Amino acid sequence: MRHTLVALMEDKPGVLNRISSLFRRRNFNIESLTVGHSETPGISRMTIVSEGDDTIIEQVEKQLYKLINVTKVTNVTDEPTVIRELALIKVTASGATRSEITGLVDIFRAKVVDVAPDSLMIEITGTEDKVDSLADLLRPFGIREMVRTGRVAMVRGNNGRKKPEIRD
Amino acid sequence: MKLTGAQIVWESLVREGVEVVFGISGGAVIHLYHALPDYPIHHVLMRHEQAAAHAADGYARATGKVGVCMATSGPGATNLVTGIATAYMDSSPVVAITGQVATPFIGKDAFQEVDITGITLPITKHNYLVTDINELAMTIKEAFYIARTGRPGPVLVDIAKDVQAANIEYEYPEEVNLPGYHPTLIGHQRQIKQAAQLINAAQSPLVIAGHGVMLAGAEAELRELMEKAQIPVVNTLLGLSTIPEAHPLCLGMGGMHGEAYANKALQEADLLVALGSRFDDRLTGAVETFAPQAKIIHVDVDPAEIGKNVRVDLPVVGDLKNILQALIPLIEPANHPAWISKIGAWRVESAQRDILEQETDALIPQYVVRHIWHATGGNAIMVSDVGQNQMWEAQYFPHHKPRGLISSGGLGTMGFALPAAIGAQMGKPEEMVWATIGDGGFQMNIQELATVVQEKLPLKMAILNNGFLGMVRQWQQLFFEGRYSGTPLLGPDFAKVAEAYGIPGFTVREKSQVVPVVVQVMATDGPALIDFIIEQEENVYPIVKPGGSIGDMVRRPQPEEVKEGDSR
Repeated sequence: MRHTLVALMEDKPGVLNRISSLFRRRNFNIESLTVGHSETPGISRMTIVSEGDDTIIEQVEKQLYKLINVTKVTNVTDEPTVIRELALIKVTASGATRSEITGLVDIFRAKVVDVAPDSLMIEITGTEDKVDSLADLLRPFGIREMVRTGRVAMVRGNNGRKKPEIRD
Repeated sequence: MKLTGAQIVWESLVREGVEVVFGISGGAVIHLYHALPDYPIHHVLMRHEQAAAHAADGYARATGKVGVCMATSGPGATNLVTGIATAYMDSSPVVAITGQVATPFIGKDAFQEVDITGITLPITKHNYLVTDINELAMTIKEAFYIARTGRPGPVLVDIAKDVQAANIEYEYPEEVNLPGYHPTLIGHQRQIKQAAQLINAAQSPLVIAGHGVMLAGAEAELRELMEKAQIPVVNTLLGLSTIPEAHPLCLGMGGMHGEAYANKALQEADLLVALGSRFDDRLTGAVETFAPQAKIIHVDVDPAEIGKNVRVDLPVVGDLKNILQALIPLIEPANHPAWISKIGAWRVESAQRDILEQETDALIPQYVVRHIWHATGGNAIMVSDVGQNQMWEAQYFPHHKPRGLISSGGLGTMGFALPAAIGAQMGKPEEMVWATIGDGGFQMNIQELATVVQEKLPLKMAILNNGFLGMVRQWQQLFFEGRYSGTPLLGPDFAKVAEAYGIPGFTVREKSQVVPVVVQVMATDGPALIDFIIEQEENVYPIVKPGGSIGDMVRRPQPEEVKEGDSR
């Protein structure tokens, strides 16, 4: 099963290396990993998607938490969560196909962010499924480049209702 | 007070209570060594950085204090790696300090530059690269705090050369601020209650006492628990010496080369109470078949150990001493007579098969180890190497002295014993320290004989010399068609080598010489080495086949079972 973990960590040199090294060394799988600043200065927030059964994911959480620089690990898989990914897609667009493509872009509430004589760059935000669907529809036109950020996640509403630390 | 970075390091070490540092100097630590003579710290110049790391580890295991080793950048630092990994696998509190090339050269592939924080990332509890002198004192403080608290482990601090040379106003921090590091010490009250209920209800309970008992200093609590409820105890290799093996409830070591009755007890228990043990594969054998009838209570300070290797019915995370102190009052006195007499019968059967019960004139290693035990009264700190010698030591030296066995359990590092014994003897100068080593492992750090002489250590060394990398040879004999590939081993005349270093050396070839020479060596003030030329193809029994179940042991063939033409 796919799990989504949110980890908070001190923004110190080498922390990303510690995390990726841990996944490699313990033979854990990473489907996607995104990292950026959190609301607290000096603390980064990472969203990790990992595939594995409950025992493995429990190990992932505990081993992550064991890293000295990691301050908190939450498994949000079973929480009501907003999940988003951002993608930029550069698709071949001639005069003949351009309006058809922008039609699709509108349906997905995506945006055209760059127009060139023979291509369009599209920005889309949404769940991975939504990004996949648009990419599938655009593929026949010719996707020249695509970049996806990987999943970011945040629990809805008052996430203080349950103490999320794995510490016991 | 303005100090250089180098002075800050030593000043901080003194504040942390460090008395001994094991190391080798070099270009990137030259500032550190320049400042050293002004501080009340004894530096032990080793002959290889690997040995410096093992010595710091041995010192830590013998004393319970943090061991410190030091090396220069590049090859000095990489030579530490095996020793750091050894300490990491066995949760030994070690701080390794390395010099790094000056900050402007980092990343330029400068002379003797290596990314030692990158290299040691998976084998340290934590590590640091210090490129700013303002962070130096706090880093040292944190390194010691992390190394010794929670589940102990090695911490590496890599210090750029220009940081060592820079100046700053020195102030040693009183407190550390580590928002992501809060070891759990107090066990969960409800889980402790549940543990007591399981123990009180069990018919055939068994305690597994691991290295964690020693690390938590919970030997007295372990004994109280087992005596109150009359629960037999099986030790892991590194758990030996946490309970006297002469104790009627102590079953000695379990696992791959465990006592047959200890393994039978593991397989037939209805409750296992694992105390500070990580269910290493050398203990469990094939996990699918391990302890099939038992509920498992796992008490450990490291939450990540729970459920890592075996299914656990009840975890209790925290400091073992605290948890046992809370648990013992909840335990009802019990006897388990049926269970204990069952184990007693297995014990009798094992004793009858013991090779020491058989008539032989051959110089067998079990006899050597047992007579070192007799001669020392079991009061020596034993430091064993890795392989057959390690298992014979564990099987035939009944440990009773707390912290009386030092061995590389997890990583299984050959070459560990001599430098670790040096560290142990430095930490415990009044104690008798014996190193038992195979001829293979001894040749992996033989250069440290010079350190023994240099430090005037009264270390006693016993080489169990069979001219083979013996454990691998045994596997080849039993599981690989007797093809001795890469295992026959040439060695020098070790007694002469010892003499060349100025250490009295003895060679023992006859069984009748064992006791007189051991007694003579015991009476020697300084160091001594005995080269025991043992039976070449003696095996360690019992043995669980690799990947096999611990319930399915290969026992020592009895004289009537030995087949025609068998070389035994």
